[in-house]
Amino acid sequence: MAQHQVNYLKDGGLPVALTTIDKVVNWGRSNSLWALTYGLACCGIEMMASGASRYDFDRFGTIFRASPRQAELMVVAGTLTKKHAEFIRRLYDQMTEPKWVISMGSCANTGGMFNTYATVQGVDRVIPVDLYLPGCAPRPETLQYAVLLLQQKIRRESASRAQKPKRLM
Amino acid sequence: MRAYTPKDDVQKKPYYTDRYWVAPQVAKSDVSEDAVFAADLEVIKAKFDVLDAYIQVGQMVVVINAADNFGVLELMKNELEYNQLSELSAIDWLAQEGKFEIFYQMLSMSKRKRVRIKCKIDEKESIQSVEKLFRSADWSEREMYDMFGVVINNHPYMKRILMPDDWEGFPLRKTYPLQGDEFAQWYEVDRIFGKEAREIIGPENRDPARIDRYDTERFARLGHEVPRGADISQGEPETPLCYQENEGVFLIQKFDAEKSVVISDRDR
Repeated sequence: MAQHQVNYLKDGGLPVALTTIDKVVNWGRSNSLWALTYGLACCGIEMMASGASRYDFDRFGTIFRASPRQAELMVVAGTLTKKHAEFIRRLYDQMTEPKWVISMGSCANTGGMFNTYATVQGVDRVIPVDLYLPGCAPRPETLQYAVLLLQQKIRRESASRAQKPKRLM
Repeated sequence: MRAYTPKDDVQKKPYYTDRYWVAPQVAKSDVSEDAVFAADLEVIKAKFDVLDAYIQVGQMVVVINAADNFGVLELMKNELEYNQLSELSAIDWLAQEGKFEIFYQMLSMSKRKRVRIKCKIDEKESIQSVEKLFRSADWSEREMYDMFGVVINNHPYMKRILMPDDWEGFPLRKTYPLQGDEFAQWYEVDRIFGKEAREIIGPENRDPARIDRYDTERFARLGHEVPRGADISQGEPETPLCYQENEGVFLIQKFDAEKSVVISDRDR
């Protein structure tokens, strides 16, 4: 109970902000991107460094989760072998919609220098990718920039549209 | 993509031959030069056939019959004090002789000597496991099977170690193409989506220099984003670079040189 009457129209405007549902939902989504820990090779070290205190992913709202059911961002950090391909697909399918994928580093983008029989030539052969991050390995700053770009992308999206599951095929 | 050249017979058809090239050979010397090795060889010779024996780079190499491999290694371990099996694998000589060379690299901690036991087997022939003597042979023999297709008898767990269990082919054979045969190239597609998805997903891009600037499906176009799959071959919309501070993010402002203060007096 206010001790004195507040004249909202007089004292600096109403405590009300007008916005759209899309912006509010996307504001929430883009600022709490929980990432699945998915370090496959040396890029994983850079991903861990991004999460640790010096680069501190927490301030972007990006917290690494060890379960695909609690994650909406998958940072594929490293070389994906053909033996492992079915497991990355399974984990991707277990993530809840909406979900996004960052392909981190040359190996995840194209197979990189592993032009061999045992390496998947780009994770986009197995799961749909939103953002390709070049580098071998990309520095933590690059991954931060990628997350910021992904946040921009999410903010541009329409949140209210029916969530169509992304399909590779 | 580069034109496909079949690689299933690469060893018989080398793309380049130097007529004057002589394969470098490591010098061999006689076993009698080293007293320890000479004594060891006598003990082996007393029980088993020795096809060849010599010293190379300070290590004795003994060539035996493939059927004797367990017996020789047992003798080496129990009587000659070679108590470590540090390496075990196969070498593909199928193109030259139609045989695999199996080698066992052994180390004696007490004698400070290394000995290599070699034997040759045919492509379809199997060899006795030495896992009962040296536990280190367990994974090495599985790897040998995985990579070369050499089948081991009496191995406790004869299964592929690195490649998937349903893999076809043996990758370290000289006839195996480096970029994989058809099975390998479609493995993950067949496994996840099924064979009928091959046409939709398409073949692997094995050319690292390939860039398609009109491909909006697979190439990141930072700062020039268009909807996925949009056709931009007839030109694309202008997308000016947009910074966070222009979008009105809280507390972030564009740096204004006019309003800034330049401190020229450093001592202030």
